[in-house]
Amino acid sequence: MIELKHLTKTFRTASGSLDALKDINLTIQDGDIYGIVGMSGAGKSTLVRCINLLERPTEGQVIVNGREMEKLSAKELRASRRDITMIFQQFNLLMQRTCLKNICFPLEIAGVKKAQAVERAKALLELVGLPDKADAYPAQLSGGQMQRIAIARALATDPKVLLCDEATSALDPNTTHAILRLIREINAKLGITVVVITHQMQVVEEICNRVAILDCGTVAEEGLVTDIFSKPQSEAAKRLVFPADLEAPLPAENGETRIRIVFGGSDATGKPLIATIAKEKNILLNILSASTRTIDGKVYGNMLLGVPNEDGALAQILEYLKAIPDLTVEEV
Amino acid sequence: MFSKLFSEESMELILDVLKNEIPFAIWETIYITVLSTALAVVIGLPVGVLLATGEKNGVLPLPRWLLQTLNVVVNILRSVPFLLLMVMVFPLSRLILGTTVGTTATIVPLVVAAFPFVARLVESSLREVNPNIIEAAQSMGASPFQIICKVLIVESMPSLISNLTIAITTILSYSAMSGIIGGGGLGKIAINYGYYRYQYGVMLIAVILLVIIVQIFQSVGTWLSVKCDKRLKAAKK
Repeated sequence: MIELKHLTKTFRTASGSLDALKDINLTIQDGDIYGIVGMSGAGKSTLVRCINLLERPTEGQVIVNGREMEKLSAKELRASRRDITMIFQQFNLLMQRTCLKNICFPLEIAGVKKAQAVERAKALLELVGLPDKADAYPAQLSGGQMQRIAIARALATDPKVLLCDEATSALDPNTTHAILRLIREINAKLGITVVVITHQMQVVEEICNRVAILDCGTVAEEGLVTDIFSKPQSEAAKRLVFPADLEAPLPAENGETRIRIVFGGSDATGKPLIATIAKEKNILLNILSASTRTIDGKVYGNMLLGVPNEDGALAQILEYLKAIPDLTVEEV
Repeated sequence: MFSKLFSEESMELILDVLKNEIPFAIWETIYITVLSTALAVVIGLPVGVLLATGEKNGVLPLPRWLLQTLNVVVNILRSVPFLLLMVMVFPLSRLILGTTVGTTATIVPLVVAAFPFVARLVESSLREVNPNIIEAAQSMGASPFQIICKVLIVESMPSLISNLTIAITTILSYSAMSGIIGGGGLGKIAINYGYYRYQYGVMLIAVILLVIIVQIFQSVGTWLSVKCDKRLKAAKK
């Protein structure tokens, strides 16, 4: 369990002091895949570095598995970092070492015998799906392969927590999916708690069970991913969940009223919603933007719709939609 | 000055020197250069590491006064002209070796002059290492000493080798200069024959040999640096 209590980090710069984190309180349970999401400059990277104390918090406590991190000696802290490993946006592999030796590196500094380290590294290469890359150098790999090696390296010391700092931000969408699938597998198979730092909501949506929305150094909102995706409360969360709003200007020019419907895990019945409304109610809805996906047979996502300003159309639509379970609707 | 260069008399002398003195002088020059470089690296590498890692946010933060003292000492030694430095370290040579003349005695001023140079070159090589990789090593629980030995030095090896090649060629030219104060090698032959006895032919040959040795050191150094760089390997394949 990771507990952050009243965490504050202030950077002193030449032009004054900068509050990167302000009174952060979070609890991450064992086995969670916990997303910390926010815009650039929200303090995500600083927050994740406070967990393994690469950044020392100015105030507050970081408690990992019952141990107060700031109170550890330098030596104890280094030992504890074998339990809390990290992967990065730019992979940060050692460029002059082969993949196998990269994975051996954390074992080497932990004083593990060489033969044992090599054996473990080979097993990890197998786990991340790159058994043939043992003797390749990082420069010979693609971005996705480098991140797999970085993941294997992070798992070498058998950690309890894996911190992912924008781990998929430098990868293309397909590779991102593959890496996220690997992280989820690791979480399920090895029971490692994963903390995912990202600015991409689809990453959170795809693998996280809980999420904290970070905005200007504070936690704007925290909770289950399904709750936050269906009913974001804070402005910061709404900006992240419904980014289309930024592109679709309000109010409508052609006399439409705009409504947003959010699918919060409704059963995917296969019944086409918009077409049904057109047929049964004779109201033609205008789809302005839509982003939906099916996870485990449930529909998640949102749609921005334009409702024609005909007599009673809006009221009929709202009545119809509100009757559907796990679906919320609001005028925007 | 070159009118009598190819007279019968001077050709005879050149052949005589080539046969009797040059082979040993080449050996002496290489001996002085390699040994001085090795000793300069032994002292300069740790100093360079401290300079590169000793800052407040560095891998191995040092007390401010210590880092500043190191910087000042290195700068002072770097700014004294080598010709003067050779004379100034006579007492040190006498203390260490009991003498101030001869081939081995020139190693002392060479090392004193070269180690601050090597330290600065090492410092600049280590600073090229991507700080994100250092952070990654810290996140794995590496100690400052492990980061220095297993990350900084290993990752900057190509740059270190090419910088040490610069150092060895510079030390070679310094060693030639030490011929003036009685150091051995090709420099001594060039000065003794060319400067004191106006035998420019011999001097020319000594200089040409120095140029060839520099070329060899440089080529080997460049080849080694490229060969050991694993970042370039992928591009070639």
